[in-house]
Amino acid sequence: MPRVRRSVWLTLSLVPFVAFALLFMIAPAGILLVDSLRDTRGGWTLANFAELANPLVIEAYLMSIRISVTTAVIGAVLGLLVAYAITIAGLPAWVRTMLLTFSGVASNYAGVPLAFAFIATLGRTGIVTVLLKSLGFNLYGTGFSLYSFIGLVVVYVYFQFPLMILLMTPALDGLKREWREASMMLGATPYHYWRHIALPILMPSILAATVLLFGNAFGAFATAYALTGGTLTMVTNMIAQSISGDVLHNEGVAYAMATGMIGIMALTIIGYTVLQRRSERWLR
Amino acid sequence: MPRRFFAWLWSILGFIYFFVPIYATLEFSLKAQKGVYSLLAYERVFADSRFGTSFVFSAQMAVLTIVLCIVLLLPTLTITHLFFKRFRIVLELLALVPFVVPSIILVFGFIRFYSRPPLSLTNTTLGTYGLLLAGYMVLAMPYMYRAIDAGLRAIDTRTLVEAAQSLGASWMTTMLRVIFPNIRVAILNGTFITFAIVMGELTLAQFLVGGTVAFAPYLALLGRARAYEPAALTVISLLLTWLTIGTMQWLGRGQRINISGAR
Repeated sequence: MPRVRRSVWLTLSLVPFVAFALLFMIAPAGILLVDSLRDTRGGWTLANFAELANPLVIEAYLMSIRISVTTAVIGAVLGLLVAYAITIAGLPAWVRTMLLTFSGVASNYAGVPLAFAFIATLGRTGIVTVLLKSLGFNLYGTGFSLYSFIGLVVVYVYFQFPLMILLMTPALDGLKREWREASMMLGATPYHYWRHIALPILMPSILAATVLLFGNAFGAFATAYALTGGTLTMVTNMIAQSISGDVLHNEGVAYAMATGMIGIMALTIIGYTVLQRRSERWLR
Repeated sequence: MPRRFFAWLWSILGFIYFFVPIYATLEFSLKAQKGVYSLLAYERVFADSRFGTSFVFSAQMAVLTIVLCIVLLLPTLTITHLFFKRFRIVLELLALVPFVVPSIILVFGFIRFYSRPPLSLTNTTLGTYGLLLAGYMVLAMPYMYRAIDAGLRAIDTRTLVEAAQSLGASWMTTMLRVIFPNIRVAILNGTFITFAIVMGELTLAQFLVGGTVAFAPYLALLGRARAYEPAALTVISLLLTWLTIGTMQWLGRGQRINISGAR
């Protein structure tokens, strides 16, 4: 390799990137972690984490987790069914191409525009709401509201299940035809094949994808903000409020909440990586 | 038959979920005038000078983000690729940061770190814009990193660098005139998604600059006061998303799965 000179200058050329990463990726997260362990006078303490037992904080975490779990599970089931339809069930190639393209767009189509698209669809004067009313069905009479938990779920699933399609399509493509043929040859029914072969092989991928979907919803802020104006008690909303003004009357709690959130996201990505690695045992 | 039937059923359900909100937004945006379809909402949007300024601001930020990401990442990745293979693990871990530190936490950390001494960037407009740009670069990092990385893997980087240097080219010339032109197409993927992310990004812009400076906060603000104009703007932003991400998919490089961005 010696023809291209490796020198001190070469090592130094990594400095700009490392400096950027330290200043804008590590430091902002790091300072929140450090501050969460400090009291107002600058001494070290764990009191901020004890403050997380505040009922409002617990409510916020539970709400965020409920929304993330619900949309991850619904998104996973729906995404899996569509992914199944365009892989194993053998629909024409153009359906597959089209659905994958839409998934690519929809999984990125979140935030403010998505919220407004749903307001135009299922808001009080939304096209579908009005259509249903003209058919004699009062959607908002059933207790449904786009600006509540259930509404947020409907909106989040819009970017959750396309992500599931994108994540599961390669895994389903990886199921080898020979496995099915071999099991049939040995007398297995389709039920046996799915129960004892396909599902056990797919399970780590399915769980990995679902975990990722959980994190995808847990960190989301813009969509809920545009839809509900940040009124739902969620972790992201409470952190947003504490940026604008001190709602908890204790800055330290906000730092502890942020730390808790980073912790949950880190666990999510670790869980995803471990499960993903396990899935590679069979699906490559 | 039942297998095929259900396959069609699920696919059609998927299509419906995708299309009903898009169709509804389009129709809603045309109903600003009672009783007839009209482009009134669009006329009002274009008549509002804040639309133009916020759109141009975000577009400029997007282009700057892309250029700076390439300037920062291309030399780093090329050198890592050639000499510091073990540094890759650091890069891979850093690419996860935008997922582990969601944008609301990132902006919280930015404000905590850069709004008091020793680094009070948020005191000046320029400092705030710089911080916003840095934030966008963090969000774009995973996409640009993967795009450039894929580009460098696809070409014989080592031979190209050796050839360029034995002909007397400096590192600068090698980067600009040999490496960059060779991976330009691979980078396109990352640039499109970055453009879409920055144009639609609310959180960083909302808390760092606020008001109607950037496109997404302007859109959010308009949504509080108006009914039809936000729908028209949503259609415009949807077209933009389709154009950028659709082009990327059409180029056949859209297999990348995106787990962070403007949620």
